[in-house]
Amino acid sequence: MSLDNWQKATLALKLLAADPSLGGVVVRARAGPVRDAFIALVQGLNGPVRRIHPNITDEALLGGIDVTATLASGRLVEREGLLGTSGTLILTMGERCPPALAAKLALALDDRPNLTLVVLDEGAEPAEAAPAALIERCAFHVDLSDVAQSDISSGIVLTSMRTIADVPHAALAQATQASAQLGISSLRAPLFTLRAARVLAGLAGRDVVGESDIETAAILTLTHRATQVPQEAPEAETPPEGAETETQQSTQTDLPDELILDAIKAHLPDTLLDQLAQGPTLGGQGNGSGAPRKGNRRGRPLPSRPGRPKDGGRVDLIATLRAAAPWQTIRRANTGRDGIHIRQSDIHTKRYALRSDRVLVFAVDASGSAALARLAEAKGAVELLLSQAYARRDHVSLIAFRGTEAELLLPPTRSLVQTKRRLAGLPGGGGTPLAAGLEEALTQGLLAQRKGLSPTVVVMTDGRANIALDGAPDRVKASADASRMAQALRRHGMSAIVIDTGNRPEPSLRTLAQTLDATYVPLPRADAHRLSAAVSQTLDV
Amino acid sequence: MSTAFPFSAIVGQDEMKRAMILTAIDPSIGGVLVFGDRGTGKSTAVRALAGLLPPIKVVNGCPVNSAKTKEVPDWAEGVGKGMKEVPTPVVDLPLGASEDRVTGALDIEKALAKGEKAFQPGLLAKANRGYLYIDEVNLLEDHIVDLLLDVAQSGENVVEREGLSIRHAARFVLVGSGNPEEGELRPQLLDRFGLSVEVTTPQDIDARIEVVKRRDAFDRDKSAFLLRWQAEDATIRDRIITARDDLRDMTTPEATLRDVAELCVALGSDGLRGELTLLKTARAYAAWQQAKSVNRDHVRAVAGMALRHRLRRDPLDEAGTGARVERIVEDVLG
Repeated sequence: MSLDNWQKATLALKLLAADPSLGGVVVRARAGPVRDAFIALVQGLNGPVRRIHPNITDEALLGGIDVTATLASGRLVEREGLLGTSGTLILTMGERCPPALAAKLALALDDRPNLTLVVLDEGAEPAEAAPAALIERCAFHVDLSDVAQSDISSGIVLTSMRTIADVPHAALAQATQASAQLGISSLRAPLFTLRAARVLAGLAGRDVVGESDIETAAILTLTHRATQVPQEAPEAETPPEGAETETQQSTQTDLPDELILDAIKAHLPDTLLDQLAQGPTLGGQGNGSGAPRKGNRRGRPLPSRPGRPKDGGRVDLIATLRAAAPWQTIRRANTGRDGIHIRQSDIHTKRYALRSDRVLVFAVDASGSAALARLAEAKGAVELLLSQAYARRDHVSLIAFRGTEAELLLPPTRSLVQTKRRLAGLPGGGGTPLAAGLEEALTQGLLAQRKGLSPTVVVMTDGRANIALDGAPDRVKASADASRMAQALRRHGMSAIVIDTGNRPEPSLRTLAQTLDATYVPLPRADAHRLSAAVSQTLDV
Repeated sequence: MSTAFPFSAIVGQDEMKRAMILTAIDPSIGGVLVFGDRGTGKSTAVRALAGLLPPIKVVNGCPVNSAKTKEVPDWAEGVGKGMKEVPTPVVDLPLGASEDRVTGALDIEKALAKGEKAFQPGLLAKANRGYLYIDEVNLLEDHIVDLLLDVAQSGENVVEREGLSIRHAARFVLVGSGNPEEGELRPQLLDRFGLSVEVTTPQDIDARIEVVKRRDAFDRDKSAFLLRWQAEDATIRDRIITARDDLRDMTTPEATLRDVAELCVALGSDGLRGELTLLKTARAYAAWQQAKSVNRDHVRAVAGMALRHRLRRDPLDEAGTGARVERIVEDVLG
């Protein structure tokens, strides 16, 4: 069975119209005629069909008091929230959906089987995508970015129906097995496959779910969740003699599985392998992670904006009065009342930008002969960066690694005086315990993250790791440890810069930079000024 | 709120189920934190828990579920005379709930319509003597977390705002669930949870098929499915009630106390909270197992869930602290 993306999309809509408990569909596409054609079809889903955007207020979503109507009528008027009714919600700009909204929508999808969600995901980069919690709860995911306008067929009839088709045990087992072999840990996936298969059978007028139903359903519901390419059947060796009857049975049950898997494999995105090679994608960030963010409570004030105070937001009284001022005469004349007249359109709310401070963690190789010079450069760079730190809001910390261990020479600080005092004498010499240095950097970085700062690790070295984490002089183990530490740093989402101070670029450092997902800067004979310039430049890009 | 999936019909996930049962036996253990991937049945289990809890007696119409008439706060209105039996409250704290909704605030309806200043109780009032469930707890806003920590610690909710000055009891068991990929929990909040369990999808294909089969049956015909599992759920509920009674007569031998202390020293867990929780949990587990006194096996069975989240994190330890606890339990208790 082969389906192009448009066919998948329309089939998904047909299934959703028939059985809203399938949750919904995530559509990845940029705005354009194809997406418009799709949205036109969505209007045929269970009504009412309404659009919501990522910045929707709780009041609109969950309901609340209609203040204007209440004040006008003198009695309480409540408004029902969009989540309180059944129907279809179209979430636009799904890639910008904040975790809090995703959680509320997810809860609603869990609780209300007749709510359908259509998420329009306009993400440009692979990392920019709709929240995982919503992708998980929507049965379908279609990518319309490659669909040509000529592929679009219109005139699709969406009908609701009761699904009564029976699912044989074998079909259930197949769906579960297929999802397990694709490396899908969630058990929602096979449940969606079953439901979709049941609707497919119903649409075709069958009483029992058939092979083709499961296959199509699996393509629609499992493909985008795959985290591994299914292994070729492991027990495909020639069976021993005398097990004839058994083999026949097993091939009978195994065969459909492989067919399903083959069908799915044909639909697996080409990027899956790349994604797997890159390792796990970084998860969404919780609060307190320290990236710059706009809030309505704390931080540097931004210009206030017209609008209703959202949850916890504050009204900017001065700006509101200022907006209302020019209208006072007209309003007084219109209403005949004295006093200040303020209308809803005048209300301005306060906004604040909360930009968290950054911590630069310098991990400096203090081994070997070049150690003293390098440490001096690093020290100079730290001081230079600190002298600009007040404007840049950077904290700086310094770790030196040499001999068998790493040492925290300077805990994160913004004080130039303290830095100068601490860095007066710096020891050098010995092996290169790169892993230990990275470990200390990770510890410092995690501490900083917990305080709500954004850490960046700057690794300065010219050589290969030759001391393992346990202090043993073992090159192989040392580089394995270093790369394991680098992976740990990356897993915790820490940005990094690798500065190669060697006379010749060292290939293993380039590899390290790749593992860290870091910028690699070859900088032979770096002096403090060039070093600080290189760091600032990399950070500001 | 739709019908919850029956607790006894949950396939596998023994540790999670055990942790929930133990907090039901002894609520003073202090709640459960469930961490795991999506679609592993975290929310299902928490919602199912509500069906297992024995009902509580409350003063008719009391907004904070008081057990005695003299405990009813003075601001409460419409409180009746008699007592009534209600299911143990399990209150959802949705992510992004405003501070007003959590602590309670000025009753806008009364303020607008009648011009009266009255207090409208929030989720903390509703959850008193029951459970407070936070899904995606690691994504909770910082200011709500701070507020919860304070209330969970003091057992009292104090509201000082909009000219109101209100306090009421808010003793609840925190149940949180989340996906560790989406962010870590602050150690301070972690410590407030008595037990922590990590759930994963069963790797065994037959178990997975069974999960899918049962869930499918539930979705297709809820009432028939509930009827099918009613008896099993009732058995667990009765056993919880029996265990609650047995817990009072539970004896704790000196040797067990020593085991617990040695274990906590070996693990280097911060503070004495770990020891106390471990002991309470082991006692509850012994009661569940219908034993007369707590022995080493009981301690061993619950050590992981009681201590796992109290260790200092080692960023390199990819196996997680769970494996470390198991190793040390093996070393200490043999």
